Amino acid sequence: MTGLAQLTRHRLFWPIVALFVLLLASTLKHHTFIEVTIRDGHLYGGPIDILRRSSILLLVALGMTLVIATRGIDLSVGAVMAIAGAVTLSQIADSPDPGSLTTVALAMATGLAVCLVIGVFNGFLVAVLGIQPIIATLVLMTAGRGIAMLITGGQITTVTSAPYKALASGFWLGLPIAALIAGFFFAVVAVVTRRTALGVLIESVGINPVASRLAGVRARTIIWTVYVLCALFACIAGFLQSSNIMAADSNNAGLFIELDAILAVVIGGTSLAGGKFSLTGTLVGVLVITTLTLSITVIGIPVNAVSLFKALVVIVVCLLQSPVVQHKLRARRRKAAPVPVEVPA
Amino acid sequence: MVSKKFSMLAAGVAVLALGLSACSSDDGDTKTDAGSSSTGDTGGSSGDTIKVGFSQVGAESGWRAANTKSIQDTLTKENGFDLSFSDAQQKQENQIQAIRSYIAQGVDYIAFSPVVETGWDAVLQEAKSANIPVILTDRAVDTQDKTLYKTFIGSDFVEEGKRVGEWVSNNLGTEPINVVELQGTTGSAPAIDRKQGFLDATKDNTNIKIIASQTGDFTRDGGKKVMEGFLQSNPDIDVVYAHNDDMALGAIEAIEAAGKTPGKDIKIVSIDGVKDGMTALSEGKINYIVECNPLLGPDLAKIIQTLHDGGTVEPRIVTQDGAFDQEQAKAALPDRQY
Repeated sequence: MTGLAQLTRHRLFWPIVALFVLLLASTLKHHTFIEVTIRDGHLYGGPIDILRRSSILLLVALGMTLVIATRGIDLSVGAVMAIAGAVTLSQIADSPDPGSLTTVALAMATGLAVCLVIGVFNGFLVAVLGIQPIIATLVLMTAGRGIAMLITGGQITTVTSAPYKALASGFWLGLPIAALIAGFFFAVVAVVTRRTALGVLIESVGINPVASRLAGVRARTIIWTVYVLCALFACIAGFLQSSNIMAADSNNAGLFIELDAILAVVIGGTSLAGGKFSLTGTLVGVLVITTLTLSITVIGIPVNAVSLFKALVVIVVCLLQSPVVQHKLRARRRKAAPVPVEVPA
Repeated sequence: MVSKKFSMLAAGVAVLALGLSACSSDDGDTKTDAGSSSTGDTGGSSGDTIKVGFSQVGAESGWRAANTKSIQDTLTKENGFDLSFSDAQQKQENQIQAIRSYIAQGVDYIAFSPVVETGWDAVLQEAKSANIPVILTDRAVDTQDKTLYKTFIGSDFVEEGKRVGEWVSNNLGTEPINVVELQGTTGSAPAIDRKQGFLDATKDNTNIKIIASQTGDFTRDGGKKVMEGFLQSNPDIDVVYAHNDDMALGAIEAIEAAGKTPGKDIKIVSIDGVKDGMTALSEGKINYIVECNPLLGPDLAKIIQTLHDGGTVEPRIVTQDGAFDQEQAKAALPDRQY
């Protein structure tokens, strides 16, 4: 009883339940959904698709988690993705040998350099000029897509390049390369923030920037750094996204992904008010959102009801996570049970 | 979102261009429009130039760019036109302003692609009072008073869906087939109409079964995402019907990732005829495309000339689009302008 109560109390309990319900519903509808088979020498199946699909949102949400932990927000990530794709694919398309590994590596380096500048710009606005993050990043959220359109000349730039295609569609050791890339960065960030003091420093800046500065934390540098990291992760997400369709679609690349990323962070239990953050939580949030999107197609939700279905799932998960609702539920359970159980907080 | 609307528009515009020539022959419309502003010449006046003001929506997509180029390349001095062209940057007030300035300049004809459907009555009334005929291209306006414009040339999305459906029914529907549908943006006119047209054309063929339908938002990524879901849940997909080329291109990626061959294991049919789509068609990855042609310039020129010569045109001119199978695409591809 105590164990179960503790379990249901865990902030990730309900998101994980939602994840399993979605998987279960999809599997009930189509029994083959959950099966993982080997096809063309790599793993294939619903769960593998979810992993591959999650990689883009995971990268964006990873940066977003760090930014939100400092009490900030980055609305420009979708536009950064579009710019990353536009810069990189334009360079590959203009090169004499689009299929060569060197071309692709150089083009990606250019993309990363551009995104680095963007991250520095965002960080400068927030950390140095003290502009509110939502406004500071709104600048590039709106202007960034225009920049991407300029780079591609208003067209969708399409390329054929085997090495670039492998980023999103390739497999290594039977696993999708995209998922491996996202997993790698997730692990690096987790280790760096949890095995060094950086995580605590970020949290302290988010909880009280003034106090942490007085305590000797270089708040400005930390805030600047998280915006740069966020832009770089969005850049890699932009690579994966454009590699996925082998085209730079400036109008649609990463459209509204900032909202999905924020949602993933919040479902994962990180407060928008800054401070304590949970990378595992973000991972669960990302999986829930990706699974939700895929299950809509698999379950066959009618087109006109898609938005409603998504909204319902999100609202239910958020409600169940709410401390007030949890408290009420617990009180009711206690009333029902003859022997109340003291649960340590 | 903007982009989705764009692609829809683009599709619509494209359709217009092709069809016009076929349709724009004079019908027996009654009133010979004596009022066309350019006074002077009676009858077939090819002597002096015709002043035309054109207000374009914007430059939002490759499709639109091709549309603009077609109009600018056709309404030239050499062809007897004096074109004033303005770009409204997706803003209605800019368009209204442009139309007012055309009225003030005393152009002979005004043509425009309305950004939105409503709110045009006042400015069109001004044009009418000034005796300047108005021609709508690519998109319609919503007004009770049909005398405010001479004609609307634009594509028929239902017809596009119907033509795809007929091709599927005749060429693939000879044996039982499972079809999945990638719909455009929910609630948009092309999505609704292209779905309807396809259903109309295939409902009598009992071999054709639409087993799943979901929105891919007219984008490549959306098309790929939805197609991945379809492939996970339905092992026996024979045909993909995509409401535009971009979603079809996304579906190709998904089908290849699932270890199948697009165009062979799973047939793909689509609408638009943009360059990437036509290229995929010529490579055998798509099986059939009904075109939505942006090259409206020649048709617009023909309409203006007809009106100018004292003729009449139908109030609604549906542009007829081309359609391509793989062989035709190979032949047509080198000459494609968009």
